[in-house]
Amino acid sequence: MAKRKRIGMEVALAAAEAVGMCNVDVAAVYPITPQSHIAEHLSELVADGKTDTEYVTVESEHTSMSVCIGASATGARAYTATCAQGLMLMHELLPIASAMRCPIVMSVANRPVNAPLNILSDHSDIMPQRDSGWIVIFSENGQEVVDLTLMAYRIAEDKDVMLPVIICIDGFILTHMVEPMEFPDQKEIDKFLPDYKPYATLHPDKPLTMGAFAMPDFFPQMMKAKDMALLNSKKTIVKVWDEWERKFGRRYRPVETYRTDGAEVILVTMGSMSETAELGVDELRDKGVSVGLVKIRLWRPFPSDELKAAVKGARILAVMDRAVSPGTGGGPVFTDVKAVFYGEDSRPIIVNYVMGLGGIDVTVGDFVKMGEKAAKAKKEEYEFYGVMG
Amino acid sequence: MSIVENFDLYAPRLIDKGEYFSVGHTACAGCGEALATRLVLKGLGKDTIVSNATGCLEIISSRYPTTAWEIPWIHVAFENAAAVAAGVEAGLKALRRKGRIPDRDVKSVSMAGDGGTADIGLQALSGAMERGHDMIHVCFDNEAYMNTGIQRSSQTPFGAWSTTSPPGEVSFGQRTWKKNIPEIMVAHNIAYVATANPSYPLDLIRKVEKARKLKGPSYIHCLSVCPTGWRMDSSLTIKVGRLALETGIFPLYEVENGKYRITVDMPEPLRPVEDYLKLQGRFRHLTPDKIEEIQARVNLA
Amino acid sequence: MAGATWREIFPGNVVLTPGSTKEYHTGGWRSLRPVYDNSKCIKCGICYVYCPEGCVSQDEDGYFMANLDYCKGCGICAHECWPSAIEMVKEG
Repeated sequence: MAKRKRIGMEVALAAAEAVGMCNVDVAAVYPITPQSHIAEHLSELVADGKTDTEYVTVESEHTSMSVCIGASATGARAYTATCAQGLMLMHELLPIASAMRCPIVMSVANRPVNAPLNILSDHSDIMPQRDSGWIVIFSENGQEVVDLTLMAYRIAEDKDVMLPVIICIDGFILTHMVEPMEFPDQKEIDKFLPDYKPYATLHPDKPLTMGAFAMPDFFPQMMKAKDMALLNSKKTIVKVWDEWERKFGRRYRPVETYRTDGAEVILVTMGSMSETAELGVDELRDKGVSVGLVKIRLWRPFPSDELKAAVKGARILAVMDRAVSPGTGGGPVFTDVKAVFYGEDSRPIIVNYVMGLGGIDVTVGDFVKMGEKAAKAKKEEYEFYGVMG
Repeated sequence: MSIVENFDLYAPRLIDKGEYFSVGHTACAGCGEALATRLVLKGLGKDTIVSNATGCLEIISSRYPTTAWEIPWIHVAFENAAAVAAGVEAGLKALRRKGRIPDRDVKSVSMAGDGGTADIGLQALSGAMERGHDMIHVCFDNEAYMNTGIQRSSQTPFGAWSTTSPPGEVSFGQRTWKKNIPEIMVAHNIAYVATANPSYPLDLIRKVEKARKLKGPSYIHCLSVCPTGWRMDSSLTIKVGRLALETGIFPLYEVENGKYRITVDMPEPLRPVEDYLKLQGRFRHLTPDKIEEIQARVNLA
Repeated sequence: MAGATWREIFPGNVVLTPGSTKEYHTGGWRSLRPVYDNSKCIKCGICYVYCPEGCVSQDEDGYFMANLDYCKGCGICAHECWPSAIEMVKEG
């Protein structure tokens, strides 16, 4: 494989560069911290003719998703980006986009949801979208943001998928970091991303109706179709990721593992904290703690089989949640992970640390502390790590 | 359905004989909105894509697995018809430019009720008009949230009964006057703004054809008489629509480049508003002084 | 299409057949039916223009009449007919 030049730039700008390489037809983006740099840089690329894209400067996030759905329905490749309150405003439309099989790609610069307002980073904006029917993928660092964004349309528009995709990028922690990243050639991407061929389009040459209402004679079947579409998409996601590894040398899996061989305790993370956790695992190992790390990359469809295989043999799982699910008695990742093991003959002890809320810094030392604590766990625990009182 | 050929004698030959809104839709008998839609589509022709808001029109025409629409049509949600139409317009523009669809003029049109235009839909409409998309927004104004059960909207006329503005011991019905959406649209400096009424079909179709030919955003506010919600006999739809004009309550005008023009003359003097109000059950509780207030308001204009 | 399994429903729940509401005969709704006196009819077409269903068409002689499979009996045509050539008559 040819050695490519690595370019140092802000990850948000890199995300926009990646979008600019995807021959997007319509982009409708509304600014919101910390996503704004993606919106701004993309509009610069459009203004300079680096990408032939209709850039619609919408008046709200609800409209940006509406514009994407309308454009996607005509057969145009559509993109948007948002987070936090913007994502919550779009919430109404997310199940519509997935039910109507609009393969829109959206970058979400994960930021906490009000109240109180907080512009930094956590996962509370993506968690309420769990049932939206979208494919949700988490990125850990700048290179992953570039790669996953470049692969997003290939996954979304695959005829066995035809579903919208969210690429999660931790706000500020990732979006505003300057990192060295490798970009494939435009020609390679043009070959990698075929043209968007929808199942159906809005055009007078073949009139059809999209978004009809349904009564109980059809509705339940339509819901099953939604669920099956998302569940079945995993095969294609893995296939595309394998293809990327063959072409560009970087490997992506639904669940990534780090030093899990023979590990008694396994930490489970999602997003940028995974990189910090790796260093924590190294330190813990040096201290003699039998610990490993599992990083969930594919959040929806949830990779139950891959998760079970990755943590096989571990006695304790410590699930890190970067969001609260009030009233549940556990964070969202914790409850999903617990559910995976319910039917198993041998189940690990699963403990939950809710941490990193509101953009609070999560350090290597924090992971060492959590790992040591988890190693001593005798039963299920749910606690807020580092919260005073 | 045989093609209508002979009515060139009296009706103008300009009415497209094509039917783009099929029979079998489940609108109430005598529905002014269904009629308006049928006529608007004749003005638009087949190279049209409609983005429809949730409401009467959407519900009566699109029960899965059937559709009354003979042209491409999409429904997404309640408040974003104009936004979806803007997306359709942007998509078509990009696809035409990149040669992925034939380079033919296909118009994006959003259709919404008074709620989906003036209330919950106002933001999306304002944004789409401000951005200058080449589209038309048609508001079918039946003066309440009819589909959900006749609840009041900002377009419900002063004094009207509705299920959320019922007259009672301490209330006389709708307390506010109609929010002037055509005026708000004129303030957006768009290519064309017009009011329309299916009781005047040739005027309506001409306005739609005009809007269709113009490049840039257009807005058409179409009165949609609703026998069910207005509490009147279904056979009176056209007559009541006519009275709306003859009493000066719903004048027919158009605004092009800031110039206002009345397009259908109203009688001089105007007929008393009572002629219009007395045919509708939603006004039957009005006391003479309230009718006076309405008359005074019309006289002012 | 009744009884369609989840696999048989077109993805995205798209309705592929335009104008498919034709299969639903709304004529069963009405309680009044239009009856035509063609001796008075001037073939102006106004009943065709004002029908909310769009179910009025011309026969070979040029007279207009509603398709009773779809006519809901709203009475607009009878009300608007200039020479009063249409009368609404009770069904059944």
